[in-house]
Amino acid sequence: MSSGATTTGVTRAEYCVVACAEAWRHAGEVLASPMGTVPAVGARLAKLTFAPGLLLTDGEALLIGDVPALGARAQVVEGWLPYRQHLALVATGRRHVMMGASQIDRHGNQNISCIGDWARPARQLLGVRGAPVNTLNNPTSYWVPKHSPRVFVEQVDMVCGVGYDRAAEAGPSATRFHHVPEVVSNLGVFDFATPDHSMRLRSRHPGVTVEQILEATGFALTVPDEVPCTREPTAEELRLIREVIDPKDTRDREVPA
Amino acid sequence: MSDKTMTAEHVAARLRTGMTLGIGGWGSRRKPMALVRALLRSDITDLTVVSYGGPDVGLLAAAGRIRTLVAPFATLDSVPLEPHFTAARQRGAFDLVELDEAMFMWGLTAAAQRLPFLPVRAGLGSDVMKVNPHLRTVTSPYEDAEELVAVPALRLDAALVHLNRADPQGNAQYLGPDPYFDDLFCQAAAASYVSCERIVDTADLLKEAGPQTLLVKRAFVNGVVQTPNGSHFTSCVPDHDRDEAFQQAYARAARDPEAWRRFTERFLSGDEEAYQAAVKAFHEERQS
Repeated sequence: MSSGATTTGVTRAEYCVVACAEAWRHAGEVLASPMGTVPAVGARLAKLTFAPGLLLTDGEALLIGDVPALGARAQVVEGWLPYRQHLALVATGRRHVMMGASQIDRHGNQNISCIGDWARPARQLLGVRGAPVNTLNNPTSYWVPKHSPRVFVEQVDMVCGVGYDRAAEAGPSATRFHHVPEVVSNLGVFDFATPDHSMRLRSRHPGVTVEQILEATGFALTVPDEVPCTREPTAEELRLIREVIDPKDTRDREVPA
Repeated sequence: MSDKTMTAEHVAARLRTGMTLGIGGWGSRRKPMALVRALLRSDITDLTVVSYGGPDVGLLAAAGRIRTLVAPFATLDSVPLEPHFTAARQRGAFDLVELDEAMFMWGLTAAAQRLPFLPVRAGLGSDVMKVNPHLRTVTSPYEDAEELVAVPALRLDAALVHLNRADPQGNAQYLGPDPYFDDLFCQAAAASYVSCERIVDTADLLKEAGPQTLLVKRAFVNGVVQTPNGSHFTSCVPDHDRDEAFQQAYARAARDPEAWRRFTERFLSGDEEAYQAAVKAFHEERQS
């Protein structure tokens, strides 16, 4: 696919899109469930390039057979996936979701329920939603558009999405299908490819320093000696992002250049 | 066969303080809002509300009618956080039984199938187990011996749902793309009340769509209410989309006590007819 052509003027949001798309590279014939604008562009980019087997939804109850621009109506419907089927599909494992995280810790525990004490939260957020079922049943990656020590915390206030340490503690039923492949933020890409499954910096987006990432992270991150840059989009990928998938540049609202 | 048609007021009269009440729909989609508004006009309180929460939860929380909320979330969809729900939680206004979306579905399914619980993997390792200390695990009696969460049945005293069409006997039909869990709510409840955009003759149910859209069976329905636009301001496609402008106004008002008092006075102080007239006036004002 790679044209090898050098790309110029690539925005941070576009690096994030490519990084998110990479999460689905080897996913196969599974449902891609992106939450947030940048992951949504990323999933569509993956489908149009290196992961054509992905299933995508219209954001509601339909599986779409084409890849329309964000916000545009699909012309082809290939399946029906209302909420109860979607929840059941999670248990089959044929899905790779990329969720948001209000807090995430170095073991990959994620919180979207509330900030502070659960019994009387300082800030009530969404609730646990599907995070517990997702993390125990299908690969669950995370997308954080504003990397800060308030999000990347030593300990989350409420474990919604289950991280590696908590899954191990809970036993073999919890670890059987548990997999948190990666975390993508506006600063870099992170994974858990360490002996104790603690979070590791895999790549930094061009223009971001390792120091910036460490400052924005509230826990001890594993940093390899060599930190590569997140890969460049190809010219064709940039065209797809800019002209086909997101011509209204909504990605820039989530990650300003 | 019995004609089960009634008014929203009749439905409210069948409900009691202290009941466990299931509310259908999802987030800000196809919520039985006219029935919720009728409930708000009654003095019923101390409710255990079981809901994939939206403004139904918000309105009941704002009015102080909820003792316990059983929910995996509360959201307005296009407005991520339900402001009354968040405010009520932050002031400790009710007890929350927080379940995962799938745990919630299997809890309703267990109740519908008259089982005490259903085993699920969801929940293990998460703090759901910690904040709901009454949740138990169960060990598979087969060779795998897997330890799973035993989600207790979510039995309901009453269920409220809103669908597109129904006949006078309680057969109810959804015409949008998603049934949500409305039939499950009805099956999990001792009594169910269906509001709908339009009541039609049974013979006309299949004029608009195929038999698979006949979601709720009359054996599970105790009352049918015709409430056009009765899920306002939530969506009820294809009859109508969510009223985004009104939802914005609701969310804005909900964030400020004085604004909320004015909102309540303008929209929620009269009956359903007055509500719909006030909504119409709201939109005419915006046009001019």
